[in-house]
Amino acid sequence: MSRKLLIEHAEVPGITSFETYRKHGGYASVEKALKTMSPEEVVEEVKKSGLRGRGGAGFPTGMKWSFLAKPEGVERHLVCNADESEPGTFKDRYLMEKLPHLLIEGMITSSYALGARRSYIYIRGEFMYVLRILEKAIAEAYANGMLGKNILGSGYDLDLVVTPGGGAYICGEETALLESLEGKRGNPRMKPPFPAVKGLWGNPTVVNNVESIAAVVPIVNEGGEAYAKIGIERSTGTKLISASGNLVRPGVYEIELGLSVEEFIYGDNYCRGVANGKKLKACIPGGSSVPILPHYLVTKTAAGTDRLMTYESLADGGFASGSMLGSGGFIVFDEDQCIVRNTWNFARFYAHESCGQCSPCREGTGWMEKVL
Amino acid sequence: MIKVTIDDVEIEVAPGTTILNAARQAGGDLVPPAMCYYSKLPGTGGKCRTCLVEVAAGSTADPRPMPKLVASCSTPVMDGMIVKNKTSERVHTNRGGVVEFLLVNHPLDCPICDQAGECHLQDLGYEHGSAKTRYREERRTFSPIDIGNKIKLHMNRCILCYRCVAVANQLTDSRVHGVMHRGEHAEISTYIENAIDNDFSGNMIDVCPVGALTDKTFRFKSRVWFLKPYEAECACNKCSGKAVVWMFGNEIFRVTARKDKYGEVETIEDKTAWICNDCRFDKKDPSNWTLIGPRKIDRHSVISQGKYATKNDNNPKLLR
Repeated sequence: MSRKLLIEHAEVPGITSFETYRKHGGYASVEKALKTMSPEEVVEEVKKSGLRGRGGAGFPTGMKWSFLAKPEGVERHLVCNADESEPGTFKDRYLMEKLPHLLIEGMITSSYALGARRSYIYIRGEFMYVLRILEKAIAEAYANGMLGKNILGSGYDLDLVVTPGGGAYICGEETALLESLEGKRGNPRMKPPFPAVKGLWGNPTVVNNVESIAAVVPIVNEGGEAYAKIGIERSTGTKLISASGNLVRPGVYEIELGLSVEEFIYGDNYCRGVANGKKLKACIPGGSSVPILPHYLVTKTAAGTDRLMTYESLADGGFASGSMLGSGGFIVFDEDQCIVRNTWNFARFYAHESCGQCSPCREGTGWMEKVL
Repeated sequence: MIKVTIDDVEIEVAPGTTILNAARQAGGDLVPPAMCYYSKLPGTGGKCRTCLVEVAAGSTADPRPMPKLVASCSTPVMDGMIVKNKTSERVHTNRGGVVEFLLVNHPLDCPICDQAGECHLQDLGYEHGSAKTRYREERRTFSPIDIGNKIKLHMNRCILCYRCVAVANQLTDSRVHGVMHRGEHAEISTYIENAIDNDFSGNMIDVCPVGALTDKTFRFKSRVWFLKPYEAECACNKCSGKAVVWMFGNEIFRVTARKDKYGEVETIEDKTAWICNDCRFDKKDPSNWTLIGPRKIDRHSVISQGKYATKNDNNPKLLR
């Protein structure tokens, strides 16, 4: 069983309370960063770690942070994208529900690195109960001096606000998210300018996924280099995978990147194979928007090498014979499932969730649904 | 200044210029079409995807081609960028695809549409559309809403370019209409059924690339190609008073702003010559206007057919 950096304490009773979380080593990264490191040093550690965005696109987080414009006298923001709405993905919900303080800790450390004084968690509208868990945790963090003015005597001030969305898939796109956060219709903006230059309220903004922000905590605690040792090549660290579908043991797993897909589906420590002794038919490894892999391309690539749980290996073969790690929404289909019916279900989802701004998606997704 | 090559034509433009604007500076048939971008309305563009072009080389510093076609209206040029529009087969195929998408739910009611003859979607359909449709499903329809006694909203024809939303945002004091719902069901509407009525709302008609917003005072009066456009002027305290009057004999059938070859309202004396609703809807008596001369319409060949403009150059009286 691989090491768990994020969800090790997820099942500890009472871990949602500040005290229990603190007893289990919580908020150590805030202390370390604010007391012994400069913001630039934190950014440097994240760069060294090779952490790639966990929301789906896999863009290096450290590089994203270094693109943030820092004009004098202009406020900067960190926005956490907790609008997890990709069908098949439920890792962020699990993380926020079980370990709200881990996200808050990551937000404080990351905001410090970026020089943000007011940060936001934009949470999916359907997760109202998670919103309440987070609000309670934030109140505890304020009461214990981890948020607010002069955190831990360092002179650094931070306010953290959690805002629910209206329940639209498109608001997971970062510029649509910012529009929605500003109280407007959630349509994506034109880029450039990118959020790193003109984001929320026109200020430079970084938008990161929940898991990316949470991963900053172990990176600061143990150092970027130690984090980069986990995984293979450019896929470093651990990743939360939401396994669903016809599996013996579906659920959220934290894996070290580089684990073989075979081990993940059939291994005793993971999903333990396809349910009811059925045969594997297909697999969508990264959430509904990535290509589906037929059974013969799931554990082996077209070239015959082992398929691994990494950004590169899952994408091996491009859109023809590969897929993507995406957000880690691992959906498994057994031999009884109808792929056409499933595709229709996804098409229906995309037709329903299209914002309707650009013509190919507005007209095309509706057409796809009708054709299927 | 930076150098960019579009369809083998090299031009120099200011940094930050978009590919589309660079192409317009070069002029000619290498200019991509645009259904949603409107240079006079900041913030428009990026929606319809008809202006897609191929970037064969990103820049001198990074000459890799861009993997996907890009929207030329919202992609800034880089020094040494090589763009293909007319010369790219991929662009032609994909633009045809976009036109097909725009047409799947668009009612083909051109015979009774007031925009016919000056409709950008008609032009695009003529250039890229197929004679057959692959769409066998039911077309989307909206229940009509009344937005006042001057402007007719025909939502079924709308391609959601958002230009009229930009007009209301940028030209009028307050916007009372917008896009409701999302995806296929997105529609231009007022939140509570409401007239869109203020001095400059009529410009929504001029910016609309299709027949979704038309002039109620001109509705079903005549086909546009039967009318003779004249540049005309009037003294107006609300707008520049510089317009085009569309006449048949001695009668003014409709008044529009002066539009350039891209269908955009012209800049006159450094200002975009939007016209006010008084000039557009109420001044239909020829005595309101001083006629300057025939207006040549570049874009729409139907209107300029028969060399009307050259035949009667500077002599509008001939028509009387």
